[in-house]
Amino acid sequence: MNTMSPSISAEADMRSKGAAVPVPDGRRKDTLMEDKPEDTVIEEGKTVGKPFTADPKFKLRNVDVSYGADRAIKNISLDIGRNEVIAFIGPSGCGKSTFLRCLNRMNDSIDICRVKGSLELDEQNIYDSKRDVVELRARVGMVFQKPNPFPKSIYDNVAYGPRIHGLANRKSELDDIVENSLRKAGLWNEAKDRLDAMATGMSGGQQQRLCIARAIAVSPEVILMDEPCSALDPIATARVEELIAEMSESYTIVIVTHSMQQAARVSNRTAYFHMGHLVEVNETDTVFTSPQHPLTESYITGRFG
Amino acid sequence: MQTANLLPLVLVLAVVAYGLAYMRSRAVAAPLGGIRNLKALPFYYAARAALWCAIPALIVLAVWAGFEDKVIQGIVIASLPPDTWPESAGQASLILSQISNVAAGSLNPEFLPEHITGAASLLEAMQDKSGNFKAILVVLIAVLGATFAWTRVAPHINARKNVETTLRRIFFVCAALAVLTTAGIVFSVFLETLRFFDRVPITEFLFGTSWSPQTALRIDQIGSEGAFGVIPLFTGTLLISAIALLVAVPVGLLSAIYLSEYASKRMRSTVKPVLEMLAGIPTVVYGFFAALTVAPFIRDLAAIVGLEASSQSALAAGLVMGIMIVPFVSSLSDDVISAVPQTMRDGSLALGATQSETMKKVIFPAALPGIIGGILLAASRAIGETMIVVMAAGLAANLTANPLDSVTTVTVQIATLLVGDQEFDSAKTLSAFALGMLLFIVTLLLNVLALKIVRKYREQYD
Amino acid sequence: MTDQRSQAEIVRKSLKRRYRTERRFRLYGILAIFIALASLFILFADIISKGHTGFVKTTITLDVTLDSGMMYLDDPTDLDQWSSADFKAPIIAALQAQVPQAASAAEKRELGRFLGTFADSEIRDLLTKNPELLNTTQTIEFPTHDRVSVYVKHADNPQYSIKLSEQQQLWVDELLQKGIIDTSFNDVLFSRGDSREPANAGVLGAIVGSLLTMLVTLAISFPVGIAAAVYLEEFAPQNKLTDFIEVNINNLAAVPSIIFGLLGLAVFINLFGMPRSVPVVGGLVLALMTLPTIIISSRAAIKSVPPSIREAAEGVGASKMQVVLHHVVPLAMPGMLTGSIIGMAQALGETAPLLLIGMVAFIVDVPDGLFSSATVLPVQIYLWASSSEQGFVELASAAIMVLLTFMIIMNALAIWLRKRLERRW
Repeated sequence: MNTMSPSISAEADMRSKGAAVPVPDGRRKDTLMEDKPEDTVIEEGKTVGKPFTADPKFKLRNVDVSYGADRAIKNISLDIGRNEVIAFIGPSGCGKSTFLRCLNRMNDSIDICRVKGSLELDEQNIYDSKRDVVELRARVGMVFQKPNPFPKSIYDNVAYGPRIHGLANRKSELDDIVENSLRKAGLWNEAKDRLDAMATGMSGGQQQRLCIARAIAVSPEVILMDEPCSALDPIATARVEELIAEMSESYTIVIVTHSMQQAARVSNRTAYFHMGHLVEVNETDTVFTSPQHPLTESYITGRFG
Repeated sequence: MQTANLLPLVLVLAVVAYGLAYMRSRAVAAPLGGIRNLKALPFYYAARAALWCAIPALIVLAVWAGFEDKVIQGIVIASLPPDTWPESAGQASLILSQISNVAAGSLNPEFLPEHITGAASLLEAMQDKSGNFKAILVVLIAVLGATFAWTRVAPHINARKNVETTLRRIFFVCAALAVLTTAGIVFSVFLETLRFFDRVPITEFLFGTSWSPQTALRIDQIGSEGAFGVIPLFTGTLLISAIALLVAVPVGLLSAIYLSEYASKRMRSTVKPVLEMLAGIPTVVYGFFAALTVAPFIRDLAAIVGLEASSQSALAAGLVMGIMIVPFVSSLSDDVISAVPQTMRDGSLALGATQSETMKKVIFPAALPGIIGGILLAASRAIGETMIVVMAAGLAANLTANPLDSVTTVTVQIATLLVGDQEFDSAKTLSAFALGMLLFIVTLLLNVLALKIVRKYREQYD
Repeated sequence: MTDQRSQAEIVRKSLKRRYRTERRFRLYGILAIFIALASLFILFADIISKGHTGFVKTTITLDVTLDSGMMYLDDPTDLDQWSSADFKAPIIAALQAQVPQAASAAEKRELGRFLGTFADSEIRDLLTKNPELLNTTQTIEFPTHDRVSVYVKHADNPQYSIKLSEQQQLWVDELLQKGIIDTSFNDVLFSRGDSREPANAGVLGAIVGSLLTMLVTLAISFPVGIAAAVYLEEFAPQNKLTDFIEVNINNLAAVPSIIFGLLGLAVFINLFGMPRSVPVVGGLVLALMTLPTIIISSRAAIKSVPPSIREAAEGVGASKMQVVLHHVVPLAMPGMLTGSIIGMAQALGETAPLLLIGMVAFIVDVPDGLFSSATVLPVQIYLWASSSEQGFVELASAAIMVLLTFMIIMNALAIWLRKRLERRW
């Protein structure tokens, strides 16, 4: 595992110390051509950049996730700050979605999935056996890759969460929650006249915003977004991105995305995943302007992914 | 010669034709420089010869064998002295059976009128002649067909195309047999039903509240005395089916939900096949169980509570039938529940819903159309089920909603009216076909509706 | 943030109630599965408890002296003496020798009631075949009468009523002790056809009838079903006719089986004048009934053959028919076979349509051909189950066990085939 190619490791070491790389651009590319980035072996648990913050919302240490014999997440440690927007990027199959789904234990429904390490939300362990998953998910909402409105009316979709949790005592309270959530999701003007219409009849972008409204309706503290715009057209994507920016004032948002532009636009911090490793975490600007790890750089310059 | 002997003979001829044509095609090819100079492989020339030999001969044989008896019977009846001609179809079949019994030697001709014995010898002669003609004709056609194919073994003829076209046509006929079966059901049952409505007005049949076909044996009494009101049969059928569904729907649906949402993979893979065994057990076994175990048990139980239950109660038949259709409900529900996309479950669970809340408020409503389709199919199964009710429900056409009473059903009446010898022309016999028609229409409507709902539902998530 | 905190509090408070509902819901599911499995278990247990005695026969073994004077028979080869001969007298005499206290004529008659109805014909048949045995003593095993057999097998079972007087019961007990009356494996069950007497009735006739019927069903439905499936999957053009055929097949699969009986009665028997009660007609009717099942499963099997195989064959210039016959059908064969076996198992258990085409007749002889009168196993079960004699109930249960054994074998075969031959693409 730890047989790193010496040149890369030396380079990585130097970069992690913030030293400039004393090699001209052209030559470095050549080296990388010879050792393909995919072949680079990363040292487990070593993350460059700034993975930790003061007073984190999520405190994740030495997280390991495996599906049967396959290790999908290899010893990752990371803090997610309060009311920050953090983006997870990386090539397909790098484990970023798996990691995201650990944060509200959506992996529970997969029998063979095992999660090890310490995952704390507000200093309480998420995977504690006494920990209640229903309560956790009420606090940590999720928006999925493909819009998944229930085959019910728009109103019922948004009201679903408050109803099952008993958040409203009266119909008028529920109406208020629905209206507020739709407003926050920027859907109120489009939907207010057809609250009884089937949600499945809306456009894809509207459906995704409805799913966000549905998640907001239970007043979560954290919203996880798993590639929320991958099924949407550019205009709908722009609307959702605006929405994320607005929401960042009151929620902690973790967003998995394939689009580096999107990560650059919406997030404060960016984490780069590679084959189950967390390679680099830093301020978004830093990651995109001066990545410290060669793998991060190759990814954001489009050499693979 | 008997049909049973002619069939293998034709097949042997076809094999011979195959062999001869095969050899000839090779012989034809040899001077040309091998089989590569033929338009098709020798196999195809040979296969064509076999098809030419067998198919026309078999068609003639089938038609002849199918109508031989009817034609001969017609001729024999016509040969009788005019004053002894039968007045009704029933009488005709009586005379015919007399004649054929004499011909077969199982009835002593001494005590019978002369015209019968005369007809018997005519029958024998005709059967003989027909048999001989049939044999000669069939063999002739087979040989002619083979000879024709034999002459057509030539390098410029593409036998493969012929063979493939013929095969394709045969395949088509096989597929069309399903349509033919439906047509057969519709026409045969429909015609008899029309004859029944000649005697009993359709309004009386559909809206009459009393059913007692047994009293209507004499032809001149029909319509005035025999009662052919289908309402009590229908209510009986509905009562038993309703009891069955009351058992099968909750049990089937809840087990499907448990198996698809909660059970571990191992439990699922063991319990599911065991549940499906319930659908594989022959209905006569359920009937036995209902009649000899469940019905007495219910009667005793009712007696303890102070109720009076008939020894052939609707409850017994319904309960057992319910158990039988559990797998229909459960496996169809399982299918539709599994077809609800995982993203729906994720969406609900991610909001903090428990599994049962997700099931009840998201998955179930989404799967409801499909589940209803499954229940309709199960209902159609229950309505058409025969053996359980024949053995465990009664014959008395009671118009009642009391599950402890004995009721009768449409299928029970069809079975009892047609079991044993019957006079084919009486209203009593014909009424069974009218009941069959009714049953066919009702189950067909249920099936079409159910399949439509299920298909629509599937399209929604495809 | 206070909003989020207070809401989290509400959620926490609701948890207890919601988990109770969750547990109750789960319990319903388990309960439903339990009910279904328990019903299956009770069904099997009931049939086995009723039927296992059907595999046991009760016999009386006696040393019978075939005394010519007692039988009024001087010459067994003289047919004229037969009608007046009394074949039962020597048996009763032999029986009375074992129960000497039964001396009066009335008591002897009582003893005679222990014997099955066909005991005398057994002596007659013996003498017909071996006339030289006259006036010798032979050890012969007779089936007992149903009432003795019920007493011996079910004396403690309240569901059976004992039809022997107390005096007779004492005698039977005595004979049991002496080993004259004994129980053994019921070989009659597997070597005879139906009978009016439970002790002489067997399922062999029904098994042979079922086999002959299945033969016809298989011979028709298997090739036709596969041909139809091949046509619909490979050759059928996309048009209204094809759609119509498809809809038809799907609907036929759900038509009640008794309707097929009506079809058979109206078409095969009344229109074509075929005989009643014969395996050919039964097989034809069941073939029509099974066809949709076979077509549907064969189509699924054909569908699962990947298009790459077809393309490969077409690529080397095979005609459509060659592709189908050389590649698609052989590859789909395991699936087709599995579907056909399951369809045949269904047909084997089918009763209702066969009632209508006259296969319910009381037939003693084991059928010897496709055109000889026959009955089938499920119908035999129905006949015995509706019989009033107690001995037939256990025979019916025993026959059910035989039928279920056949079905289990067929299903196991289907599963084995699927496991063994199925290819995963």
